[in-house]
Amino acid sequence: MVGLINWLSQITAVTKFSLRTVPERLGSSASAVFGIAGVVAVFVGVLSIAQGIRQTMVTSAAPEGAIVLRSGADSEMMSGLGREATRIISEAPGVARDAEGPLSSAELFVILNLPKRSTGTDANVPLRGVERAAPRVRADFRLVEGRMFEWGRNEVIAGSAAAREFAGLDVGASLEVGREQWQVVGIFATNGDLSESEIWTDAKVLQPAYRRGDSFQSARVRLNSAGSFQEFKDALTSDPRLDVKVARQDEFFAEQSIVVVTLITVLGTIIAVIMGLGALIGALNTMYTAVSERTREIATLRALGFRSGPVVASVLTEALILALAGGLVGGGLAYVAFDGFQAATMNWQSFSQVGFAFAVTPQLLVQGAVYSALIGLVGGLFPAIRAARLPVATALREL
Amino acid sequence: MSESNNVLVRVHDVDKVFRRGSEEVHVLGGAHLEMPDGEFLALMGPSGSGKSTLLNLIGGLDRPSEGTVEVGGLRIDRLSDRKLAGWRARHIGLVFQFYNLLPVLTAERNVELPLLLTHLSRAERRKHVAAALGVVGLKDRSQHYPRQLSGGEQQRVGIARAIVTDPTILLCDEPTGDLDRTSSDEILNLLSALNEEQGKTIMMVTHDPHAAARASRTLYLDKGKLATEPEE
Repeated sequence: MVGLINWLSQITAVTKFSLRTVPERLGSSASAVFGIAGVVAVFVGVLSIAQGIRQTMVTSAAPEGAIVLRSGADSEMMSGLGREATRIISEAPGVARDAEGPLSSAELFVILNLPKRSTGTDANVPLRGVERAAPRVRADFRLVEGRMFEWGRNEVIAGSAAAREFAGLDVGASLEVGREQWQVVGIFATNGDLSESEIWTDAKVLQPAYRRGDSFQSARVRLNSAGSFQEFKDALTSDPRLDVKVARQDEFFAEQSIVVVTLITVLGTIIAVIMGLGALIGALNTMYTAVSERTREIATLRALGFRSGPVVASVLTEALILALAGGLVGGGLAYVAFDGFQAATMNWQSFSQVGFAFAVTPQLLVQGAVYSALIGLVGGLFPAIRAARLPVATALREL
Repeated sequence: MSESNNVLVRVHDVDKVFRRGSEEVHVLGGAHLEMPDGEFLALMGPSGSGKSTLLNLIGGLDRPSEGTVEVGGLRIDRLSDRKLAGWRARHIGLVFQFYNLLPVLTAERNVELPLLLTHLSRAERRKHVAAALGVVGLKDRSQHYPRQLSGGEQQRVGIARAIVTDPTILLCDEPTGDLDRTSSDEILNLLSALNEEQGKTIMMVTHDPHAAARASRTLYLDKGKLATEPEE
């Protein structure tokens, strides 16, 4: 025990000396700090895109929401449900009800081409035909501007992310849907979830415009509770009149987001690893310089009886402190520059755009700090070993 | 550390081999040395004769390629690196030609360094440091940094650091090599006093006959042989 305390106090003492010499090596220390800061900023920045998309598509989905598609369909695009099927779904056990009836909305999903505000290029925007229960099926639906569309008329309301990202969705503007002009009468929000990237209208008006007869593509329901899901699912999948697939809304969107989130995460990680190698070389260089400039000091300490362990620990600690400083600066930069930054990207499952905000989460900042620490430790390890193996007598003679 | 016959250091048949490319250079070639407790020994010889190498072997800073080194009855050539470091901290006081003080620490903190390897409390360490700085006459400069001290003063701090743990032996490698005559005399007076008044055993490597004259015995090392007279 006494030995351990002694060893720790040696580490503390040697680390203190080495940190006090950092100002004499400000240039190389600062370049290591900023190199690592750059890597962490990019790492956190890119991953905040994936995090933002995930939050939009998954995190904000209500746990008591469920979606019903035709069996075998992976997305709404590929699904189809007849009127009778949607009626059976709305009456299934587990579906929540209010004074106006069951919280179930049979919906139609088509794609419009609208120019992006940022680039002016056309992009796919989902236009959703909904039933009257749709706003109540989504727990957090609220109009933020204008009014609700009138049922039975060529009117639409636009989600706030869609209105922000695409031109022509301001209240009062008109859209060409099919061969007719449709009026934008309101803007709605749904607490940042995927619906905000959509345009809504009455399903009954949308069906003839796209010659869909009386068919839908999905049914959205709100269940009594998240626990009612199994009962609801069992009732539908065992009903011989139906051939459907039932999913929890959050799980469905998690699956929908996998491709894009994985793509961005993998790309972001590759970029961060490549940049990290550069920063690693910078850190190695800094710490080799530090060790070589401190050769006299290290040799003197060793000659006085300090063991190599504390010397190794002091070099590693210095590298770690510099790297973590870089990590903090980088994380801070990423937070200031990216958090909340709004953008839109393609959702490959629905072939339409998803509006989202970059999310620099505490978890990402921790990941950034861990990554910077890793760069620091690896960058400090070889110089530390060199310092530990320094032959004391030779080192003293050379000075 | 007690030793029969009063011999503190016993170097037997040591050689140190250095490699220079493919060539092997034998520096000490089987040197013998015995040093009684309480002696002030000066070691002279031309550059490259191996004086510092011998000093380093006795101080446990290096290991012999052949032969044995015994200090206070302990075969230090057999100790592991870890044990050797601990042994140095307890038994060896080192004085360097270029002082080797840590520039970021005050005189007081520099002197305290070897005490960080002991179990002394902070208060006890401060007491020892004050006493050591008192011995070298630098009590009033304890808060100065090395760059604020003259060469002679820095070397006195170096000596205070070497004696603060009350080591068995003081090993001084050209302690006056970087100093003017006055400062050099001050350092030599200090070393003599430590030897005569406190009974410290001192081994001093030097080029300077004036410095060597202060020692109780002078040995000359040349081509691996130790002699009482310089070779003509």
